[in-house]
Amino acid sequence: MSAMPAITYNFAYLDEQTKRMIRRAILKAIAVPGYQVPFAAREMPMPYGWGTGGVQVTAAVLGRDDVLKVIDQGADDTTNAVAIRGFFEKTARVATTTSTREATVIQTRHRVPETPLREDQILVYQVPIPEPLRFLEPRETETRQLHALAEYGLMHVKLYEDIARHGHIATTYAYPVEVAGRYVMDPSPIPKFDNPKMDDCPALQLFGAGREKRIYAIPPHTKVRSLDFEDHPFRVQRFAKPCALCAATGVYLDEVILDDKGGRMFVCSDTDYCNTRQEEGHRGEMSGASPSRQPFPPRGEGAEGGALHLSPPGRDRSEAAGEGASGGEVRP
Amino acid sequence: MYVAAKGGEKAIRNAHALLAKRRRGNENLPSIGLDQIAAQLTLAVDRVMAEGSLYDVELAALAVKQARGDLIEAIFLIRAFRTTLPRFGSAQPLDTARMLVRRRVSATYKDLPGGQLLGPTFDYTHRLLDTSLDSSEIRSTESSSGVAEGAASSVARSVAEIMPRVTDLLGEEGLIEASPADDGGEPFDITRAPVSFPVDRATRLQTLARGDEGYLLALGYSTQRGYARSHPFVGEIRFGDVEVMFEAPELGFEVNLGTVQVTECQMVNQFKGSTEVPPQFTRGYGLVFGQCERKAMSMALVERALRWQELGEEPGAPAQDEEFVLSHCDNVQATGFVEHLKLPHYVDFQAELDLVRRMRSEHETEMKEAAE
Ligand SMILES: [Zn+2]
Repeated sequence: MSAMPAITYNFAYLDEQTKRMIRRAILKAIAVPGYQVPFAAREMPMPYGWGTGGVQVTAAVLGRDDVLKVIDQGADDTTNAVAIRGFFEKTARVATTTSTREATVIQTRHRVPETPLREDQILVYQVPIPEPLRFLEPRETETRQLHALAEYGLMHVKLYEDIARHGHIATTYAYPVEVAGRYVMDPSPIPKFDNPKMDDCPALQLFGAGREKRIYAIPPHTKVRSLDFEDHPFRVQRFAKPCALCAATGVYLDEVILDDKGGRMFVCSDTDYCNTRQEEGHRGEMSGASPSRQPFPPRGEGAEGGALHLSPPGRDRSEAAGEGASGGEVRP
Repeated sequence: MYVAAKGGEKAIRNAHALLAKRRRGNENLPSIGLDQIAAQLTLAVDRVMAEGSLYDVELAALAVKQARGDLIEAIFLIRAFRTTLPRFGSAQPLDTARMLVRRRVSATYKDLPGGQLLGPTFDYTHRLLDTSLDSSEIRSTESSSGVAEGAASSVARSVAEIMPRVTDLLGEEGLIEASPADDGGEPFDITRAPVSFPVDRATRLQTLARGDEGYLLALGYSTQRGYARSHPFVGEIRFGDVEVMFEAPELGFEVNLGTVQVTECQMVNQFKGSTEVPPQFTRGYGLVFGQCERKAMSMALVERALRWQELGEEPGAPAQDEEFVLSHCDNVQATGFVEHLKLPHYVDFQAELDLVRRMRSEHETEMKEAAE
């Protein structure tokens, strides 16, 4: 067979026509906050469900002078965030950062950064299922009509049934919001802890769902209200302890299992926020401890350098926040 | 001091290096050539072209090699490449009556104009492992190459002739519904515009044509077991080469872009008739790149089942549910979303963990209060 011709790609992978098509969808989405705009999502070189929607939105808004930050679960160094950042480094050669403050475009999966965003920033969410009513009504033909008529009774019934059964609303993430007093919107699977950050946010918030071919938006300074009832107001998770590394309170924490005896600690899910605080001199209760053995050394083929596992010091249960670590919920 | 390991970047690099090594396998053995894959794993290459929606034997062979034989991964590679290609227009509709037929069978007529041509098929082989394939075959044996040459010349004979389709023969008598005429309009392109339900038949067929073979097989099978029964007959299956004609507006005439191999299946199904229409046969249609009969037949069964509304049939079976069938038939979408569950979800899991703990402690309190 003859030698294959070299394959070259456009800036940020997508061709300009496609980017224009996506930008038109974005503009429409901004004009109708919370409304899911169908767009002709392209096949991307990463799998559906792994951020193709966010990647397409980012590719469409990214300019050569932008500084890109990519997070997954609040962290810059999770494998998928690394892969997506690497994709844009390769295809767009833009500057990247882990600092929320330095970034002009932030692509995220499952979190809103703790550091408040500014007007000159864009937050791009990766969305798996854009339809907030999907699990109440699987048919697109039906849900489209429900949105058109602003018929959101189904959602309120679902939330009310939660209260009747559990005494409170049992939705902890992807908690539905009402945008600009009109459309009910899925905020993507962020913890409901992050919902209040969407309200009146100075940054433009864009949502991309590649597999489902939808884009939606929250323009800057838009009213975003988490659905609730007068006698059951919306509440967010509150953690009983501060971050074990930077002593931050009022932030979302990840639970880290330290050993097989029930030892665990809570640390900031937002790694940039935590690192910045530590650099500023904040110290949590476990940040000064001496280095210890690695309880879970990486194993297996190719494990070298593959230390995805956390390597915390051994701790016994008494000191770690165990059951009851939850401080319950508070009104934001 | 607690240190969250920053292993992500290096781990990915190492994993990919390991993958490359595993793909290559034992280095004492020669690497497989793309020409070998294209020539000897033809049906794998065909499936990758069909579900990848890109007719390019060489690239499909490369994808099969790069994907270590994982065909869905290979299809994904092809799709990701296809999406970067510019689209410069629509070809003229393929004329399968002018196919250079390599195989053609009908289950409805014993003999018919053009005849039955068995061609290269697994049908009627005994599925016994052939250990002679283990030794490196230099050339096929004298006798079988003689047979193959004979077969090739019989193919050559049919080149010039137009081979009418069985459905055309039935159509002359008005026994089967007419195939809708080409309205000359630009067809909807599911890869360039978002699909919104309900969709027209052309969009449905387009979606099914790149749908997962296994998924369509199962749905087609279900229609044979009573879930949307349509009494199907294979009017005809043909496989061969067709020319792709393109009319460039600036030229004002058609140019031949080359040939592609396709499998076409015309399923003939019962229809009781209605107040307006006398009883007649109806069509289920399948068309797939390459030799993919299983897929073409399954597609035709599912396509027919999806036409229930237009034909006034009773709904209710899974294969009749347009939004369900079409929304889930793309294996690149499906595999991505299923496999995304491997990605970290610990933020959401943390929220659920917190809720379960809280509910358990409430439950415990309630139990205690009840006991007191
Ligand atoms: Zn922290």
